[in-house]
Amino acid sequence: MVATQPELNHKIQVVLVWGNNPPVNLTLLKSLPNLKAIVNGGVGVDHLEIALINSFGVKVSNTPNVVDNSTADMAMGLMLTSGRRIIQGDRFSRDHKDGEDLDESLLGTDISGGTLGIVGMGRIGYKVAKRAAAFDMKILYHNRNRSTTRCPHSQMLTRPCRQSDMRPEEEERSVRATYCPMLADLLGTSDFIVVAVNLTKQSTHLIGREQLSAMKPSATLINISRGMVVDQEALVEALQNKWIRSAALDVTYPEPLPRDHPLLSLPDVIVLPHMGTHTLETSGHMVQRMLTNALAAMAGETPPDEVTV
Amino acid sequence: MQEEEKPWALISEVGGDNGYLEELVDLMRQHFRIILHKDLQSDPHLHAAKIQVMFMWRYLPMAESSLLRSLPSLKVIAGAGVGTDHLDLPFIADLGLKVTNTPGVVSDATADMAMALLLASARKVLQAHQTTVDPKTTQMPNGLMGFEVTGSTIGIIGMGDIGYKIAERSKGFNMNILYHNRTRRDASAERSVGATYCDTVDELLRRSDFVMVAVCLTPDTAGMIGRRELSLMKPSATLVNISRGRVVDQDALVRALQSRTIHAAALDVTHPEPLPRGHPLLSLPNVIITPHIGTQTYSTARRIVKAMVDNALAALTGRPIPNEVKPK
Repeated sequence: MVATQPELNHKIQVVLVWGNNPPVNLTLLKSLPNLKAIVNGGVGVDHLEIALINSFGVKVSNTPNVVDNSTADMAMGLMLTSGRRIIQGDRFSRDHKDGEDLDESLLGTDISGGTLGIVGMGRIGYKVAKRAAAFDMKILYHNRNRSTTRCPHSQMLTRPCRQSDMRPEEEERSVRATYCPMLADLLGTSDFIVVAVNLTKQSTHLIGREQLSAMKPSATLINISRGMVVDQEALVEALQNKWIRSAALDVTYPEPLPRDHPLLSLPDVIVLPHMGTHTLETSGHMVQRMLTNALAAMAGETPPDEVTV
Repeated sequence: MQEEEKPWALISEVGGDNGYLEELVDLMRQHFRIILHKDLQSDPHLHAAKIQVMFMWRYLPMAESSLLRSLPSLKVIAGAGVGTDHLDLPFIADLGLKVTNTPGVVSDATADMAMALLLASARKVLQAHQTTVDPKTTQMPNGLMGFEVTGSTIGIIGMGDIGYKIAERSKGFNMNILYHNRTRRDASAERSVGATYCDTVDELLRRSDFVMVAVCLTPDTAGMIGRRELSLMKPSATLVNISRGRVVDQDALVRALQSRTIHAAALDVTHPEPLPRGHPLLSLPNVIITPHIGTQTYSTARRIVKAMVDNALAALTGRPIPNEVKPK
């Protein structure tokens, strides 16, 4: 529209971004003189250059909170589908030949009583912990720094996290989660590792060769954050050499992966098309939140979910 | 114990479709000398008279009259898993044999399996994965929408040990939990998981987004989910069966899925197992079928075998048997 009907450009006050589209670049920003806000659907904003956008006097908003349940559900779904070999089992039911053996690959890993390591215990990470606790899992978690992590506004703060922001002690205890100051502390003992951090410069390739080789050979890596948090080449190497047993990824880099990418053909790897929030209910809540943010921006107010650097 | 003192036990096979892992048989070998069924069949006279225990794994060896009558020293049939619907309990008791199962140790793994099937189905994991990894895919299924599990309603039919553990896990997802059972659970058990009793199965069927079948197979429960029950379910609902295939009228289920009377089904059990190639259930969309692997994890398999061994040893030494199953 920006290209084909330029006479309308001055009318555009809000750009709604869904699935990282449209891309918000210099060309777009320069062509929309009355733009007030970039309103993103979803909580991750690593695809937006916020400082650049702000320099045009344009605000950025996302949709935190409303995505938490469905994303945590997806993490559990990936853990259970992988752990109990649902995909392999279903395939065996359909394709097995007469007399063919139930392969040992169908023998699963217990979720109940297993150890879950959560990397990034923000809102979503905490909801994963709450669900896992109901399976009697032992829960370890790591954040770069404990005080920020337990902050409800953990994503981006314009001021230091205060005592009043911190999650009550009861919450950590109620899911019986043990804090690990070092990421390495949970790598060697976890049966399942869920990566639930934001993508930042610091978290890029947070899970690399060193981390993967420290994991148990029977372990599963589950990524619901962003593709680039995991060093994908290292992940392929880890799976091929059986440093870890399996991976379940809702996110990759790029999305989608090229059709000849090794991750697509490795056994014991689940790859989903970034659908952690893909339920009618959650998508609906996201759109409603986007409208709330858009209307606020158009009224000259600060969007309630504004994100700043 | 010296090898010569160990009693003899018959098992089906090691490895193969329905056999044990070698390491599981080693657990048995700590207390028993083991004979494989094929070895017994090839030379019946060699060991038949010495066999005191028959271990049953995935229904094998079958407890047929001809086999049981050929083992004069047999004292106990020690089965894996909790179901005993495949055994003619009165007939076996008349032969003077004891029967044991392994409840308890299978409950966590089976409840986990139930939740795995529910989540995989609800969030369309299999369809999305298959499309995403297919080299021929040119268009990602970005519009593929799943069903919100958090806050949805699960109706558990059969609130025994396994059903209750399913309720505990569902609570973690803030699900609304309905249940029906022959006998109502006590109030504190209901409160603990936030479960609401439904006097009738019909009420549960009408209100549930996920109908979870977790009963034992008995003459009363055979075919309990039929055309009528499926028609009471919501068109958006999913049937999950982790009990026995025959609890569900399979032909009615096929018709219900074809006519979109219900949305989806996820089954760890069918009748028969496995389903014959070309069975309509295998070609319907929104259907997950796993080959009865509800208890099949490394740790649970070990626990099952240990329990089988404990049951058998108790039966042979006249001690109280932890899990004896008697005919009704």
